[in-house]
Amino acid sequence: MLTTETKRFLVDKVKTVRHEILTMVHRAQSGHIGGSLGAADIGVALYYHLMKHDPKRPGWAERDRFILSKGHCTPLIYSILGDVGYFPKSDLTTFRRPGSHLQGHPFQPKTPGIEASTGTLGLGLSTACGMALAAKLKGQSHYYYVLCGDGEIQEGQIWEAAMFANKYKLNNLIAFVDRNYLQTDGYSEDIMPLDPLAPKWESFGWEVYKIDGHDLEQIIGTVLEAQQCEKPVMIIANTLKGKGVPFMENAAEWHGKPPSDEEYQMALQTLY
Amino acid sequence: MEFKKTRQGYVDGLKELARNNDQILVLDADVAKATQTFEFEAEFPERFFNCGVQEQNMLSVAAGLALEGYTPFASTFGVFATCRGGDQMRNSIAYPQLNVKVGATHCGLTTGGDGASHQANEDIAIVRSFPNFTILVPGDYEEAKQATIAAANYDGPVYLRFGRDAYPIVPAIHGEFEIGKAKVLQMGDDLTIITTGIMISEGMKAAKQLEAEGLSIRLLHLPTIKPMDQEAILEAAKATKGIITAEEHSVIGGLGEAVAGLVSEYCPKPVIRIGMQDVFGESGQAQELMDKYGLRAQNIVEAGQRLLAHFYPMPTS
Repeated sequence: MLTTETKRFLVDKVKTVRHEILTMVHRAQSGHIGGSLGAADIGVALYYHLMKHDPKRPGWAERDRFILSKGHCTPLIYSILGDVGYFPKSDLTTFRRPGSHLQGHPFQPKTPGIEASTGTLGLGLSTACGMALAAKLKGQSHYYYVLCGDGEIQEGQIWEAAMFANKYKLNNLIAFVDRNYLQTDGYSEDIMPLDPLAPKWESFGWEVYKIDGHDLEQIIGTVLEAQQCEKPVMIIANTLKGKGVPFMENAAEWHGKPPSDEEYQMALQTLY
Repeated sequence: MEFKKTRQGYVDGLKELARNNDQILVLDADVAKATQTFEFEAEFPERFFNCGVQEQNMLSVAAGLALEGYTPFASTFGVFATCRGGDQMRNSIAYPQLNVKVGATHCGLTTGGDGASHQANEDIAIVRSFPNFTILVPGDYEEAKQATIAAANYDGPVYLRFGRDAYPIVPAIHGEFEIGKAKVLQMGDDLTIITTGIMISEGMKAAKQLEAEGLSIRLLHLPTIKPMDQEAILEAAKATKGIITAEEHSVIGGLGEAVAGLVSEYCPKPVIRIGMQDVFGESGQAQELMDKYGLRAQNIVEAGQRLLAHFYPMPTS
């Protein structure tokens, strides 16, 4: 479906973004690496291929919006926004530093390209519902893409939003759950089981897809199909937390830990 | 004396606003018959969204609507908005300073029969501690309507506090409503009484009683708790021997502490706080609860007498 050239471009971008994620968190000695690395393919597929947006006009009314509901994964979104030109890439060096617009969690008033302030888990999906409802009221046809963490959807507010999106038929809402089975304290099914996940969303009135969250063709093909749905869409994207750096993969300890100098060098050498 | 509900002022203000402004949206969380927003729904069904029993979702949805340019009024009981929805009020609304109005009804002890679980006596304290929030606490029906309209005309987060009961209409406070301005109802140089919300009628009675004892009373009504009218308060502190505050709210974190904090920093004078004394309320009629928990003119009068006796004792010769 994707041309070889497009695919190579996107694969390269994924690697660039992962490199930047590692550098940002290492430099700041603070931030969330694992979940950012794991969702890089989704972020790249959206910003570099699927979304209608223009970094030179961040307030363009008809743009598609992306809301990072798992707000701790700012290294992912900032790397992308800096790369596509919402702000100078050099700003990334200020991540989590006093005076920076690049706060630990997304702060919409300060950062060009950030659509909603999130941070405490569960807020982003509801906020996106409000935005998507607004677009419906105005008769606009753009899409709202939301990225939720799988740990995040243990929050009750997520299921409130799930009911709301169904009630107001928000078929302009396409959400992902980054299903890596890991959360801060360990394996999600030990901490608070979520499976079977697809039937939960289906029973709340959503169209559900299950995909490999590292397969760019699948991500893109599924979103194109989701755009035609009459219902809100949840894409359950199976991912590896820490994807791209072998020693960080599928390891809960890399949720919120910054790498040491040695670990950073090793990560860059083994990044694929 | 005429009595009317402040929450009726809220919905009457909303309807008036919506007739001239199509950006006004109203949300409710399955208490529309109690907040009175069902009347808005009847007139503007396409601009009313019942979110069901989901206060948290409703507040973040309101943030999303504001991000897209609408002026949403999210309506529910005060205790649900600020305690259940505290995170959403803080992180979805206050922090990004979005143009969301939270219309909270059933605030304070006079919520009555539902008991302590439903009597928001700490909502002002919670919201006061969030940067960027404006807090309006109108004193009667008319002022509630004025405050609702003023909130819509202001760009930023506003918490509007209303009660459940019908409260006395107080024509003295019906002048122009300006956010952040105290209403100085009378000048005086012995004691200052500062009230907020429905305590204005008790404050007026107390002023009369103290005047009958030969004292000169300054009376301020504060329909805006934040930003506070510092000038009017400091002027009163300077001109009088002390201040009695009265609020239908905990003495912790509300009007009383706000006044005491300001005065102690810039013009130290004794402040006595009338309000809920760090206790939960209980079920009962609004009026009997006001008696039991000491939210009456008589409590203000006694506080004034105590203040003068304690801080300004008569010389013994």
